[in-house]
Formats: sequence, structure tokens, C-alpha cells
Amino acid sequence: MEVILIFTLALLLAWPLGHYMTGVFSAGPHWSDRVFMPLENGIFKLLGVKATQGMNWKSYGIAFLLSNLVLGIIAYLTLLFQHVLPLNPNGIEGLSWDLALHTAVSFLTNTNQQHYSGQAQLSYLSQGFLIVTLQFVTPAMALAICVAVLRGILGGRNADDAAEGEERDLGNYYQDTVRAVLRLMLPLAAVVAVALSSQGVPASYSASPTVPVLEQGQSLSEQTIPLGPVSAMVAIKQLGTNGGGWFGPNSSNPQENPTPVSNAIQTIALVLVPMAVVFMAGGMVRRRGFTLLSLSVMGFLSLLFIALAVYSEQQPNAAFSGLAQQVGNMEGKEVRFGTDVSALWATFTTQTSNGSVNAMHDSLNPLAGLVTRSGMLINGIWGGIGCGFVNFLVYVWLAVFIAGLMIGRTPEFFGRKLEKREISWLGVLLVLPSAVILTFTAITVAFPSLTGNSNPGLHGIAQVFYEYTSAFANNGSGFEGLNDDSVWWNLTCVVVLILGRYLPLVIPLLIAGSLAKKRRVPTTAGTLPLFNPTFAVTLVTVILVVNFLSFLPSMVLGPIGEALELSQHTAVVAGQ
Amino acid sequence: MSIIQPGFSQNPAESSANLRPALGLALVMLAICGGIYSATVTGISGALFPQQANGSLISHNGKLVGSALVAQPFSAEHYFHGRPSSADNDPMSTGGSNLAPSNPELRQRVAQTSAELTARYQVAATELPVDLLASSGSGVDPHISPAAAMLQLQRVAAARGISPAQLEQLVQQHTELAQWGLFGQPRVNVLLLNLTLDAQHPLP
Repeated sequence: MEVILIFTLALLLAWPLGHYMTGVFSAGPHWSDRVFMPLENGIFKLLGVKATQGMNWKSYGIAFLLSNLVLGIIAYLTLLFQHVLPLNPNGIEGLSWDLALHTAVSFLTNTNQQHYSGQAQLSYLSQGFLIVTLQFVTPAMALAICVAVLRGILGGRNADDAAEGEERDLGNYYQDTVRAVLRLMLPLAAVVAVALSSQGVPASYSASPTVPVLEQGQSLSEQTIPLGPVSAMVAIKQLGTNGGGWFGPNSSNPQENPTPVSNAIQTIALVLVPMAVVFMAGGMVRRRGFTLLSLSVMGFLSLLFIALAVYSEQQPNAAFSGLAQQVGNMEGKEVRFGTDVSALWATFTTQTSNGSVNAMHDSLNPLAGLVTRSGMLINGIWGGIGCGFVNFLVYVWLAVFIAGLMIGRTPEFFGRKLEKREISWLGVLLVLPSAVILTFTAITVAFPSLTGNSNPGLHGIAQVFYEYTSAFANNGSGFEGLNDDSVWWNLTCVVVLILGRYLPLVIPLLIAGSLAKKRRVPTTAGTLPLFNPTFAVTLVTVILVVNFLSFLPSMVLGPIGEALELSQHTAVVAGQ
Repeated sequence: MSIIQPGFSQNPAESSANLRPALGLALVMLAICGGIYSATVTGISGALFPQQANGSLISHNGKLVGSALVAQPFSAEHYFHGRPSSADNDPMSTGGSNLAPSNPELRQRVAQTSAELTARYQVAATELPVDLLASSGSGVDPHISPAAAMLQLQRVAAARGISPAQLEQLVQQHTELAQWGLFGQPRVNVLLLNLTLDAQHPLP
């Protein structure tokens, strides 16, 4: 009930938001110009860019990579030297070189995978300035790429007067990024932050008070109640598909997520922009059917996974068999939320590449563990802001190609032919996840001294697989039991993070740029129709088959094996 | 570099390979998002919701006694107790057990808690409310389920020298139902309930 309510509310809010975003990123004037234009013009003057000047796919991609490199260097140096930089009243040390590198790259890639322990290792400058900024800017950058790719589908902004083969204008990278931050992320985050504070999320620069506990003679005689500008960060952590929380256990912590209403707000914030991108996409390519197709495919898979996860967590935890009431799995969950909305969050957070949690994923029942992993591997059901829809588009191109082969025609997408060059790059994207994730998992499992693992057996393999999947999908959630602050984990995750972020964004930009230049072929009776149920079913099948083929063996070794092991164990206990 | 294509972007000073916009973007965003946004939002929240924005602290007779959002450890007979904590109820180092259902360590821990609770309350293990055996995600979950409070009713009433019916009424007053009639599970805040007990029914 509550699950359906939250899902519906998110969709209803995403609709007008997507419409607004279409207006913001379209060439014509928009009512929001009057509010934001003066500030934006000032910023462009500072940056020395002419915002109206278009870029082709190469310039756009290079500007994207270059601004990431600069931001990454600033982040790395800030973390490395935070002990000599200002705003460090608690005298926190600088991070080690490998941990600083991992942390910088992790936040730069919109992943927010954390190998440091809570806020104890970050100064106010690192946490409040650097990380909050990265949480705003990185989703905006990916959204800019997504917008550029969508422009490419219609042949670029200069489609009407450019000749075949001529370079196409995909927009101005800096204008798109700045607009995404100022006109989208900032206003949303401000509203969400204040709403969260009304529910009890701290928003204060005061010192944290220390209070004696009521019943003395316990293992703990006083508590320090942590304060800080928490709500400001939690808002953007949710909205920007970021995920790195203020407190260690993220949004399961009652100070980070105090009430069921704050939980509903945060859950909606988590999927709001990724859902809105789907509505925006149809507007940008001026085809309502495109939104309908994407919405039905993503909605179907999303609801299917939610249903599985909710069912999974309503089942008892196997370790509690015979020892307590046989009701839902409450290990690692909070009483105020219960199992259903915890399962909902777990599904959304892994589908959207967010990675924040309101329950501990390590203690989920195996079926829900399978759902969370599948969401990350597909990485295109809603998906991270911008990158999720770009991933989805890759699945669409693949499905167009496969369907084209099946009916024996040259595959076309929006009147432009997918040919050898595009298909080769799609092939790279197709094998990339399994090549990267499975290689690193195999190496790590083969040398157990590298792993540092809290759980024995099949769950141990599942943990390693989860960590690399989470890094590649730029998700950031983790099975916390890993002893992951080591040079091995930090460096391998950096490699996986970078491959998982930049290739899946830049290669589709390349494909879109190359498609845009082609001659438009007229629609005929022989053209594959995209916006109908047949193609939607094909697309769902392609998404599922591609991922099952790539990852079934490792799933069997991890969560599936664990589920079998548990059912056997439960049978033994029941038989006693 | 030959990234400048004919047609547009002819001016090298405005090409994408220029470092100035990249660096400028980073610095402007640090100022706006890290500086202005955080400070403004924190200021507004604190002004509008001073109690909530400052940790939901509770005062009792002019003294701070805790936060309504943070569980405290209780074990005495005259207090209700909360859920098992993997973080020793310390709000500065919160966290869950991170134990998988297949982990023998979890089974062992639950078996021990189950044995303690069945001995203390004289009920069958399969009657025990699961939230009293499962550790929370945060380790400072301030709530228990109404069933978990009911289980402890007789014991606390006896220790306080009041009738169970009287105490049951108090527990019911402290049971929060779904927020706005829509969101969340029924729950009892342990610290607030115990504070009310101390105020209304001090120990004899």
C-alpha cells in the first residue's frame, strides 16, 4: 500500500518536472530564463565561454572529460591535504594517498562508494564543501551528456541547415551543466532539505551536545548527539543519485531519516530526477511515444523487482527460524519503516545508481540480494541521472539492431541507419561490464589474503562481486563487512569506477554524434516501428537476456547458491 | 589538436580544450553549492524548525536527557528496553550487524537473545516479537513495536507497583500510528515512554 503510494507520487511529480526540464534544455526561450539568466551570464563571463556557441560530439566530450579531470585533481588534493587546509576544527588527518584517490574518484564518478569510516575521517571542508559540490555537479554533468545524446538523435541543433556528413551541434557543455545545477538540482535540493529538517534531520553548526543516559550503570554512560549541516547534504545525496550519507549507516540512521514521512520524501527524491529524465527525453526528441515506450519498459521491470524484493523481505530471516515469531526479516531494519518500504528503497537505490540505504543490504534475504544486484547490473531502469537513460538508450539501439536482423532489414533509429561503426562500439559497451567486474572479482577471490571478508562461504564471493558491481555501476552501496580500505581495494575500485563512468557516457555520445551526421531515410512501411508493444517486449527481453547471459554464473555462485544453502539449513532446523 | 571542426567553434580561445572554463566551473560550483547553498539551507531550516534542526533534544527538569531520535540502553526491571544494538547505542559510531542470513554468527547471536528473552518473559520462542531479537540498521533505533512493549508490560508494572491496565493505557498513549494516516509502522518510542514513567510513576 505504502509502496504503491510512494511509487505513484514519484511518477506524478516526475511528469511536470520532466516537462520543465525539456523547456530548460531546449533551444528556445523559457520562463525560467528570467530568474536564472542574469546569474548564468555572470558565470559564463567568469568561465570565458560563449554559451550560445555549439559543440560537436568531440568538443562536448572533451569538455566533459577535461572538467572532470580538473575537478578530480582539486578533490584529490583537498582530501590529501585536509589537515593543513582550513575548516578542520577536529584536527582530522589527511587521507592516505590511495584512500584519497579512491574517495576523490568515487565522488567524481557520482558513485559515493566509501572506504573511509564515516565522517570521522573527513574535515568540514572536505565534507561540507567538496563532497556536497561533487554531489551537485557530477549528476549535472551526466545529465548534460544525456541531453547532448538526445539532441544527436534528431541530428543536432543545426539539423535543418547542415548537410549530410557535416558536424552537428549537440549544444554547449558548460551551458547545459550550469543550467542543470542552477535550474534543476539547487532549487529541488533546497526544498527537500528544509522539508527534511522539519522532520528532525539536523541543520546546525553548533557543537554536538553530550548528554548522560537515563539509566546509569550501562556499558555507555553518556551519548554525544551529532549535529551539523546534515539536511543540506542528505537532500542532494538523494536527489543527485549520489548516495553517500552523513552518518555511517546512511538513511537507516534515525538522525538522517527520522520519520516515515522523511523516508517517503527521501524515497521520492531518490527516483524523482531519473524518472523525470524519461519524461524529458520524449519532449526533447518531440516524440511522446518515446516516453511511453521507455516508461512502460522501465516501469514494468521496476515494479517486477519491487514486488520480488517486498515479498522477499516479508519472509522470515533464516537465522531466526524457531527462535522468534516467523514474520518479516527485521535484521538491519528500523521499526518505524518496517520491511516493505525498506525493500522498496533497496530496489530503487540499486536501480538508480544512488546507493544510499535505509536498511542494511548485507542482511537482506537472498532474493532481495539478487534483486539489488540485478538492478545495478542492468543499470538502466531509471538509472543514475543522465547516465541511466543513456544506458537505456544503448539497450534500445541493441534491440533495434537485433530486431532489424530478425526481420532482415537495415536497423534504423529515428530515420538514421545503425551501421558497422555504431554496432562495433555497442559491442564494446556490451562486453565491458562483464569483462571488468568478473575479471576483478576472479582475481580478488583467487587471492583471499586480499579480500578481508566478514562473511564465510558463498556470501563471501557475493560480497566481492557486489563491491565491484557497485563500483562499475557507479552505485556506491556496499556490503559493509568488507575490509575495504586497503591499497588493493582502493586502486582496483578506482580503475573499475573510471571505466564504469566514462566509457558508458562517452561511447554513446560518439554513437549519437556519428548517427546525427547521417542522411535521414524516409519512413516507409518497411521501417521497424519503435513505439508499439511488440518492440517494448523485445526490449525487455534484450535487457534481461543480455544481463542473464553475462552474469548468471556469478549469480549462481553468490546469492542463488546462498539461497539454496539456506533452504537446506532451514529444512534441517525444522526437522529437528 | 584537431578537435576544432569546420562549421563552428573556429575560435581556439573558445575551444573545449581550454583549461579556463574547466577550472572556472569547478571553483564557481564550489562557491555556490558548497558555500552558499549549504549555509542558506541550514540557516533557513534552523530558523523555521529550531527544535528539529538541533537534534530533537529532550529536556527534563531543565536538564538535557537525550534525543528523541536516539535510543538509549536500558536493562533495569522498571524500564522498557529497546532493540539489540550492534553499535552499543553510541550515536557517534552507528551501524548494523552486517551479518547475512547465512552467517552462523547471526544464528548464534539470535539464539542467545532468544534464550534470554524466553527465560525472562516465560513465553515460547516463537511468540517473541522479531524486532527484540533483530538488531537495527543504525544501532540506535529509538522505537520498538507495540507487541514488543506489550511483552514487557507485566514486568515493568510489577517493578513500578502499578496495575498492568494503567500501564497498558500509557503504552497505548505512546504508540505512534502511521504518520499522516499513510506512512510508517506502529511504534513506541522507548526513551519517551520511560521518561513519562519516571515523571508519572516514580519508583516507590
